[in-house]
Amino acid sequence: MSVLVFVELKNKLSKAAKEAITYGKNLGSVTVITYGNAPDNVLSEMGEYGAEKIWVYRSLNEANDQVLCNFIVKAAKKTDAEFIVLSQDQTGKAVGPRVAAKIEAGHVSGAISLPENSDEFTVKTNVYSGKAIAYVTVHSKIKVISILPNSIQPVENKVDSSISNFEEDLGLGRIKIKDLKPLGEGIPLPEAELVVSAGRGLKGPENWGIVEDLAKSLGATTACSRPVADIGWRPHHEHVGQTGVAIRPNLYIAAGISGAIQHLAGVNGSKVIVVINTDPEAPFFKAADYGVIGDAFEVLPKLTTAINNFKSSQV
Amino acid sequence: MKILVCISKVPDTTSKINFVDNDTKFDENGVQYVVNPYDEWYALVRALELVEAQGGSVTTITVGTSADDPTIRKALAIGANDAVRIDAEPVDSFFVSKQIANYALKENFDIVMTGKETINYNGAQIGAMVSELLDMPFVSLASKLDVVSNVATLERDVQAGIEVVEVEFPFVVSASKGMAEQRIPNMRGIMAARTKPLNIIPADDQKPLTSVLKFELPSPKTGCKYLDPESMDELVELLHNESKVI
Ligand SMILES: Cc1cc2nc3c(=O)[nH]c(=O)nc-3n(C[C@H](O)[C@H](O)[C@H](O)COP(=O)(O)OP(=O)(O)OC[C@H]3O[C@@H](n4cnc5c(N)ncnc54)[C@H](O)[C@@H]3O)c2cc1C
Ligand SMILES: Nc1ncnc2c1ncn2[C@@H]1O[C@H](COP(=O)(O)O)[C@@H](O)[C@H]1O
Repeated sequence: MSVLVFVELKNKLSKAAKEAITYGKNLGSVTVITYGNAPDNVLSEMGEYGAEKIWVYRSLNEANDQVLCNFIVKAAKKTDAEFIVLSQDQTGKAVGPRVAAKIEAGHVSGAISLPENSDEFTVKTNVYSGKAIAYVTVHSKIKVISILPNSIQPVENKVDSSISNFEEDLGLGRIKIKDLKPLGEGIPLPEAELVVSAGRGLKGPENWGIVEDLAKSLGATTACSRPVADIGWRPHHEHVGQTGVAIRPNLYIAAGISGAIQHLAGVNGSKVIVVINTDPEAPFFKAADYGVIGDAFEVLPKLTTAINNFKSSQV
Repeated sequence: MKILVCISKVPDTTSKINFVDNDTKFDENGVQYVVNPYDEWYALVRALELVEAQGGSVTTITVGTSADDPTIRKALAIGANDAVRIDAEPVDSFFVSKQIANYALKENFDIVMTGKETINYNGAQIGAMVSELLDMPFVSLASKLDVVSNVATLERDVQAGIEVVEVEFPFVVSASKGMAEQRIPNMRGIMAARTKPLNIIPADDQKPLTSVLKFELPSPKTGCKYLDPESMDELVELLHNESKVI
């Protein structure tokens, strides 16, 4: 079965790309398409995860939805792909459904599993903001699957792979990109495996040092509850929950967050949740794996010290 | 400026999520429906602001049954000029997109707006699908939208940060947090909404490409293990050896 996997690359093979290739490898023989000027060693590393053919559109440098859609559809025709796999990240959200509509293929948005063993192609996705799971069946011959970051474990599966250039007329993008305000260094929230988050219990933006210290010693990304972003203590892109970013890290540490249902909706896919709160009645403890009833101002620095000790004992 | 805003109804954010009929249907018992927050707070309000400042009209469109009418009236109460309901169960994203696109093709809208995603289905699919069916550019996940003459400037979330983009009419945009501030309808709006036009249009044939076989609730947490604030070394030990996340 021919599988087309679309990935975006920088100077390093992202976890999202490894997940998408691993997913594709489970469905059939994988052709990966990508664009831009990623170095050769990054391209060939994709072979470690099962990419047999790697096609690069080097002169394409901008993620314009209509152009990328044409790119994917043309490559899918060439490879006679039955599955088109991409990551449900910002680019995937703009392009995946567009591709599906263009070729009238069923689209699974945010798949969290490989297909079930059933007659028809069925995979699981999160619905009701993580409060439930749906088994979605795709009826069309070609299937477009966007996979939710952090839901598939990348697996090394080395194959012989070839790299070649792809160059075709894809039309012109109609969106002019004027500027990019970078998020800064660090791992973006949706991809982060470790997240340290804080809420109104921290009392003010000047107190975020202890949150950042913990995040730094863990190598975690920081997040926050909605009111904290609304009053401007933290940037909007850190807001997790029903109306913010939905995340599913391996570890979510929440300090001074009550655990309102709308907050939980964005984080309850986390593998392990640690809650730090002064109020033993805080609803968040019901969703927690580990709870610390205590003052974040004392607990966070202690946890940071414990992490640092642990890290130095590991080397 | 003619703006079309896609509106859907979703269970209130505090609803208990349960399923009936062998876990194939959402249990509507006791559930309150609201307009999907992204559609209402951000897409609709920004559309109204643009039209208030520069003239034009805001039409809402919903693919749904008469059960959607109360939420459609809410959108009219907030200020939309008129509403369209395509009379059908929204069976899958492609079906819904096709209905919206078929209507929009006849009407020459300058901007078609959707929410970032519905909070029940979380598909984030309709905007992109509609844009393809209309052959329009799609500005996804936009947190800012300004219009000067026929050119719109938007800010949107991309992998690397926030991108500032320019696009000419017509285009499709999905609204995320930040595009506008929530508006609470006032009494006058609510009264006016009762007499504003709600056009009910039959759906076009379109076979769904996907369907939901069944639903499942995530396995509940087995219970919280409490640790003394003084024993953070123990917590780290558990995170490393028991749950293996660090
Ligand atoms: C439609 C809708 C959508 C929403 N979407 C979201 C969303 O996406 N994300 C989101 O987060 N919220 C969302 N909300 C808001 C949500 O309902 C809550 O109001 C919000 O999550 C509360 O934020 P918080 O926990 O930081 O603050 P609070 O509820 O004020 O909780 C603060 C917590 O800190 C604890 N605390 C105080 N001092 C300390 C201390 N020194 N040490 C430790 N703990 C301390 C308190 O015991 C309390 O539990 C939404 C609401 C609605 C209506
Ligand atoms: N049944 C519907 N009728 C009209 N618009 C809808 C419908 N369902 C979803 N939408 C719009 O499409 C957006 C994205 O929905 P979804 O792709 O389901 O996450 C929503 O925020 C709405 O603006």
